[in-house]
This record gives sequence, C-alpha cells and structure tokens, in this order.
Amino acid sequence: MTASDPSGAEGGLDPRSPLAVRGLTVTYGEKPALFSLDATFPAGRMSAIVGPNGAGKSTFLKAALDLIPRVSGEVTVFGRPVDQVRDRIAYVPQRASVDWDFPTTAIDVVLMGLYGRLGLWRRITGGHRDQARTCLDRVGMADFADRQIGQLSGGQQQRVFLARALAQEADLYLLDEPFAGVDAATERAIIDVLKSLKDEGRSVIAVHHDLSTVPQYFDHVLLINLRRVAEGPIAEAFTPETLTKAYGGRLAATQLDRLALSAS
Amino acid sequence: MMGAEFVQLSLTPILIGVLASIACALPGNFLILRRQALIGDAISHVVLPGIVAAFLVTGTVAAMPMMIGAAVAALVAVVLIEAIRRLGRIEPGAAMGVTFTSLFAGGVLLLEQSDTSAVHLDVEHALMGNLESLIWLDATGWSSLTDAAALAGLPPELPRIALVAALISLLTWLFWRPLKLTSFDEGFARSLGMPVSIIGLALVSTAAIAAVAAFDAVGSIIVIAMFICPPAAARLMTNSLGAQVGWSLVFATVSAVLGYVLAGYGPIWLGFSASVSAAGMIATVTGLILAVACIAGPMRARVGQGATG
Amino acid sequence: MQGIWAALTLQAGYNAGLVAIGATLLGFAAGAAGAFLFLRKRALVSDAVAHATLPGVGLAFIAMVLMGGDGRSLLGLLLGSAISAWLGLLAVEWISRKTRLPEDAAIGAVLSSFFGLGIVLLTIIQSMSAGRQAGLESFLLGSTAGMLRQDAILIAVAGSVVVGLVWLLRRPMTLVAFDAQYAAARGVNLRRVDLAMMGLVMAVTVIGLKLVGLILIVAMLIIPPVTARFWTERADRVVWLAGGVGAVAGYVGAALSASAPDLPTGPIIVLVSAALFVLSLFFSPARGVAAAFQARRRFQTRVHRRQGLLSLSRSEPIHDPLTLRILKGEGLIRPDGVATEDGLAQAAKIARDERRWEVARAVHHDTALTGRYDGLTPIEDVFTPDEIEDFDTRIGGLRVVAGSA
Repeated sequence: MTASDPSGAEGGLDPRSPLAVRGLTVTYGEKPALFSLDATFPAGRMSAIVGPNGAGKSTFLKAALDLIPRVSGEVTVFGRPVDQVRDRIAYVPQRASVDWDFPTTAIDVVLMGLYGRLGLWRRITGGHRDQARTCLDRVGMADFADRQIGQLSGGQQQRVFLARALAQEADLYLLDEPFAGVDAATERAIIDVLKSLKDEGRSVIAVHHDLSTVPQYFDHVLLINLRRVAEGPIAEAFTPETLTKAYGGRLAATQLDRLALSAS
Repeated sequence: MMGAEFVQLSLTPILIGVLASIACALPGNFLILRRQALIGDAISHVVLPGIVAAFLVTGTVAAMPMMIGAAVAALVAVVLIEAIRRLGRIEPGAAMGVTFTSLFAGGVLLLEQSDTSAVHLDVEHALMGNLESLIWLDATGWSSLTDAAALAGLPPELPRIALVAALISLLTWLFWRPLKLTSFDEGFARSLGMPVSIIGLALVSTAAIAAVAAFDAVGSIIVIAMFICPPAAARLMTNSLGAQVGWSLVFATVSAVLGYVLAGYGPIWLGFSASVSAAGMIATVTGLILAVACIAGPMRARVGQGATG
Repeated sequence: MQGIWAALTLQAGYNAGLVAIGATLLGFAAGAAGAFLFLRKRALVSDAVAHATLPGVGLAFIAMVLMGGDGRSLLGLLLGSAISAWLGLLAVEWISRKTRLPEDAAIGAVLSSFFGLGIVLLTIIQSMSAGRQAGLESFLLGSTAGMLRQDAILIAVAGSVVVGLVWLLRRPMTLVAFDAQYAAARGVNLRRVDLAMMGLVMAVTVIGLKLVGLILIVAMLIIPPVTARFWTERADRVVWLAGGVGAVAGYVGAALSASAPDLPTGPIIVLVSAALFVLSLFFSPARGVAAAFQARRRFQTRVHRRQGLLSLSRSEPIHDPLTLRILKGEGLIRPDGVATEDGLAQAAKIARDERRWEVARAVHHDTALTGRYDGLTPIEDVFTPDEIEDFDTRIGGLRVVAGSA
C-alpha cells in the first residue's frame, strides 16, 4: 500500500515548494474543471497561472485551498497539508465574490486580515489600527480608510483586498485575477507591492489573464487548460508552442509572434 | 397612566415585547446581510407543527414541552431546507417555500385530527400570541419591583425571554468577528480555516431559539416582523455594521413600546371601548418605521458602482 | 373507502363536486402561474402576496358593514384582498428597486407588516357588533365547510378564467422566465410581463383564500413547479407539468377532504402535493436523488480509472487508494500494484488519445469541438475517423510530447 508517508510530505511532493499539487481533479457536476493536474511552484518567486477562459484557473486556487471539494489529488503548502499552515497563506479572492453592499469600511476590511492572529476575542488596539493603516498606505489607499467599500472604484476595492492580504503577513500570497477590471494606475500599484513581497522572500502566485504582461510581471508560469500544458521559468514554458497547446485555435499567429518577442 | 395600574397591566407586556423584539432583531441583522431574511419566516411557520406534536406526545400545554417541540421542528425545517436545496439542486427560496408550507399543513391537519378543544391551542394563538394577558397581578405599584413576594408572581414568560435575549446578546458579542467575516467574504473566511458552514448553522439555530422563545409570548407575526424590519431599516441608516446593529435595537424597542401603547390606548383615544391586537400593532409599527427609512434613511440608496466588472 | 370513491367520482354532493372542480382548476392555475415565478427565481414573492391579502379582507368587511351590508359577500371580500395584495406587491417591487435592500428582505418586511395590520383589523372587526360571526379567520386556513353554492360557483368560474389567462400569456411569460435578457432584446416589455405574472399569482391567491387559506396557498404556487422541475429540463414543459401536478393535488385533496370529517381541504391538498414532491425528489430519473447518487459514483469511478491508466502509461506510482481499488477491481493491475497486460494495453490507448487530443487542439481552430476536451470524452465521440487518422500522421511527423513531464 503506497499511502502518504508519515513525515507530512504527502506522496513525495516537494516539501520546499510553497504550493505543490498532484493528480488534482475537480468537477462541477459531471464536467471536469481540472483533470489530473500536477504543479510545483518555486519559493520566493512570482508565478502566474495562465490559460484560456474556463481552463480552471480560479478553480485551481480554490481547490488548492480546500475551498471547494476535489474528486482526487494531493496538495501541500510548504510540504504540509493546507489545514496546518493556513496562517502562512494570504488569499485574495475575485472581486465579484464579495457582497460590496456590506456595511463595512476599507480599514475594517484590512483589519479582517488580522482576525487569524487576533482570534475571537483579543481586542483590536490602536497598534492594530496603525498596522492596518500602514497596509492601506502601501497600496496608496490611506486617504480612503473610512470609506464604505461599495463606494470605492473597482481598482480601489482590489487594492483594499491586497492591503488585507498584506496585514496577514503571510509567506504565500494567492491572488485570483488581481488585475481583472482595474485601471492602469492600480495595476502598477499592485504589481509594485507584489514585487516588494517577492523581494522580502515571499512567494506570490496569481491567476492572470493578460498574456502580454506575463513575461514582464512573472518569473514562473503554469499554463493550464483543464490539465497542465507547461510549467517552468517564463523562458522555457511561455513559448509559442506551449501557448498554442493551451489556447488551440484561439490565438492568432501574429499574437503568438508578439508574445514570443516580448518573452525573449 | 404611569401609576400602579401601569405596573400591573402594562409594564410586563411591554418588557416582554421589547425583549422578544431584541432577541429576534439581533440575529436578523446577519440573516439580512446573508440574504437569508426569510429563514425567520420559515421558522415561525413551523413552530405550529412543533407545538401540536409536543402536545400530542405529552398531552399537556405546559411551556417547556411546547418550546422543545417548537425548537425541534425549527431544526428539522432548517435541515430539510438545506437537504432539499442540495439534493434537489433547488434554489433556496423555493426549497424554503416547499418545506415550511408542507410542515405547516401537517401541523394544521394534526390539530384538526386531535382533540384540542379543551385546551387553548389554536392557529390564531400561535400567530398573535397573548401579549395583553401577560399581566403582573401581584404588583401594587413601582415598589413591587423590590418586593420578593410580588416578583415571584411575575409572568414566567418574562424571565424566560429575558434569559434568551441575554444569551443571544452574549453570543452575538462573542462571535462578532466570525459572523461579520463569513457574512462579508465567505471565500476569505474559508481560506483562514473558519468553519463557515458551522457558523451559518449556528446563526440559524440561534434565530430558531429566538423565534421559539418569542412566539410563546408574542406570537409568530412579531417574530417575522422583528427578524426583518428593524435590521432592514437600520441598514438604511448607516454603513457600519456596529451602528446598524445598534439602530436595529433602537427600532425594535421603539416598535414594541409604541405598538403596545397604540394597541392598548389608541382605540380609547379614538373613542372606542376595546383595544386591538398588540402583536399586530407592533408588527404594523415596525413596518411603518421601515417605510420611513426607505423614504428618508441617509444610506438608503444602492451604490454598488464597484460591484460591476 | 366508499366515501373516498364517491368523492373522487364527484358523487359526494353537488357542493363537494363543485369544490373538487374548483380545486382542480385552482391547482392547475396555481401550478402554472407559480412555475413562472419559480423559473424567475422569485418563488417567495407569492408569500408576500398571500399575507398581504389579509388587511384587504378586513377593510372590505368594514367598508361593506359601514355601507349597510352584512359584510360577508365573498366577492366583495375577494376584491378587497386583491387590492391590498396588489399594494403589497408594489411595495415589494418599490423597496427592492429604490433601496439597497434585497428582494427577500422586502418580501419579509411586506408580509409581516401587512399581516400585522390585517390582524389589527380582525381584532377591530371582532369588537364590532356585526363582526362576531364574520368568520374572517377562515381566510387564514381556508374552509369549505358550510360554503355557499354561489361561493363554490365563483371559485370554479374564476379558476377557469385564470387557466385561460395562463394559456393566453404562456408565450411571453415562458420567454421571460427562461431568459429575461434575451426576451428584452427581442422587444418584450419585461416590466409588463412581470406584472402580468404577478397579476396571475395574485388572482390565484385571492381565489384560493376561501379554499386553502392565505398561508397554504403559497404551497400551491411553489410545490408543483418544484416537483415538475425534476421531470424536465425545458421551461415550457415545467409550466404545463406544474399545472398538471397542481390539478392532481387539488382534485385528490378536495375529494379526500370531502370523504371524511376532520380532513381540512387546504392542508390535505398541500400534503398531497408534498407527497408528489418527495416522490420526485427521490425517484425522478434525471434529477432525482437516487439517480444523482448513482451517476456521481459512476463518474468518480471513470475519473479515477482514467487517472490511474494515465499514471500507468507514464510509469508513475499511484497513491490514491480509491484509484488502486478500481484498477485492481477491473484487473488492470495485480494486487501488488504492477500493471497487467490488459492494463498496459488500455494505458497505451489512453496515452495515444491524449497525444491525439494535443494535436487536435493545436491544429483545429473550431473551439466548439476542441472545447469538448474534458479529459474523459473519448476522441472518437468528437472527431471522424479520417480526422483522427490525420492527427496520427501529424503525431508521426511531430516530436512526440507526453504531457510536459
């Protein structure tokens, strides 16, 4: 019987990797959203999860975090089951998944990032508020701390989400489409913060939909379409050949050429 | 009006009305934010089959078996709604509608089939309660509040609902953070490892306890009204969750007091001799408060500009 | 038993027969009208409409007494209830459109405050000299006992009118219920259709007040459509099936109720439709619990089998206990985990299909076809033999890449 070995590193997944999965299959009803996916992300890097619409990118993040049930597969975070290391993970969900009409302010949302450490009953002190303000400041939102979140623009909401993740002081940052529907200034602000996280030695993994910025923003890429198509450093895994495999007929030859140029 | 007669006839019903309203309005705040406002409606409908079943099993109309029966029925309803929603892949509203109407129909049938004419157990009572009859006959004036003998004669509904209101306030305070976070951003709460489903079930169970404790004194109709109207009106007053809960308690209290006074004295002021249903009037008043909030509440408009995209 | 038979064959008396016909028509109309609501995901709006009838009943009674009548004319009471139900409906619409409150909060607020007002009016009526025997409480739970012949006729006639209206309005309403945006794009006035839908629901509610009462009429609007949904995936069929379920429940319920004392009409009708619902929930072939459970098991087996074979083809170790069990059960691996001949052959076929799919997705520009790549569908189901042959020649020419491993 080849069961998981007792050390905690399941089935020989790389224990140094901030996120490693093997044989991950997730279905919605009878339709697989991910099929037998393998991936091993490098530590201290910025990695992109890329693929066409409906390829299972968001599903991958959710399944890796145990937010949705999986049919099969193993997942480790820093070599351990997810439930043992939740305090080392910061997750930034898609903006659409939240009730923006909720009666709460930007700084309130950032303070939620401290709940993991505060527990149920520890009081929120001035120190915590200062910390939350610093995080808002890092994403350029200090002046909007007391605004109700529904009154912020899409890009500003995304920044508040990122500030909440910063407050968690995690080692692994998982972001679901952080640049979807945001303005150019916000995109720059977010990428600057992510790069500073990398410089601090933390690992960043983001679902990303804009192929043209992949080589510019990321070090490592996982190309998926239901299954892993390619994975590795940008120069090796982000090529016209792998992109054709992932996107099929959906990418025109000219697009591929341009992408290949920007990658090299 | 504020003398001995008031203490004897009005003080306890008003207190019971206020406490019942608060016990329902507190969980109502979170139910509304989670788009589960109508779970309170469903629960208060299944209270009837619960008490009828309890009567058939025990043969008495004592308070304790009735409340246990109602609580069991509420839990059965919550589980059934969830099961139908998941197993049948039916949207929650319809699953709720199927469940509570079927259980209610079963309750009415049981009631008709059993001989309950000897006891005071009927549908109207379950709907309207008997707030007016919860008087404090042993009181002789305000001084009775310190008189142990008189206090022993308080209607038993008062300490019961006070206990439940205190329990619910305590639970809300203790679990404020998980309640807030799971209501706002479930995915993030899960990623922190919070037991999101258990918190949801606990909230609904708390609502069921409030509904059961309140129905016995004030009837189902106030229960539904208080789950929804004060928190809904409060949502239109503020953009902060803490302030919203505060406003909802104010609205619940005002509705209970004003509704009771209008029901008891309103007709007399208008020259009629009899009073009208206090439960009905309290529900009406809280509806009017919501109507005013809809027209003039400072935060009534939907913003949601960020909700697109 | 004889009583039930007599009632089922409409021989339990003229009134009972009329009631049974009325209940059948009402059941059909309620099921069909409710189906539109259900498909629009607004089933519980009917709850608000039903509770909002009560103040209208009370006000109509008071008005009729003030005008010198005895206040018990069913037609007058129903008219009053229709007006206040309509106001309640408008209140729900107004709150959910003009404020930030979601529709379910608006429904709950309207139903409780209108109902509270209704209770206040009932207590006023009880204190009026004419109100002592008004019997308005029967509108809460319905009552066919002692129903006047003209009331029974009124219910039967109104029931058939509503059925006729459902038939007339079926096309625009199905269109809107199925896909509101598409309907709007085709020039259907959404608001008007929604209002017509609500008008039907209100008519059903008002007619059902005397028969099943305002609390249980909600069941006749919700349970039949939910039941019908288990048997078909098509919106128009849901409407007529729901009508059918409602009619059967109405007829059987009314007949059962007429056959014995202590069997109130409303609850019996509701319990009959609840029984039909439970049967459908468990045993419908497409969406029933039993069928879904089996399908889930079959699907999980397929996924694990395929995953196991892929691992075999890449000579990777298999860790998942369920995968191991399935492969062993089918004789694809030996008890010690080594692949059998059969297992190797099937693994090779799957590996070949994987390569074919890879080529197919690279060369085929029709994403509707390549989009069906889900890891499970056999390639022969999607492409013709000559297309597959073409892929095979390309595989021969291309460098063979097995995954990216």
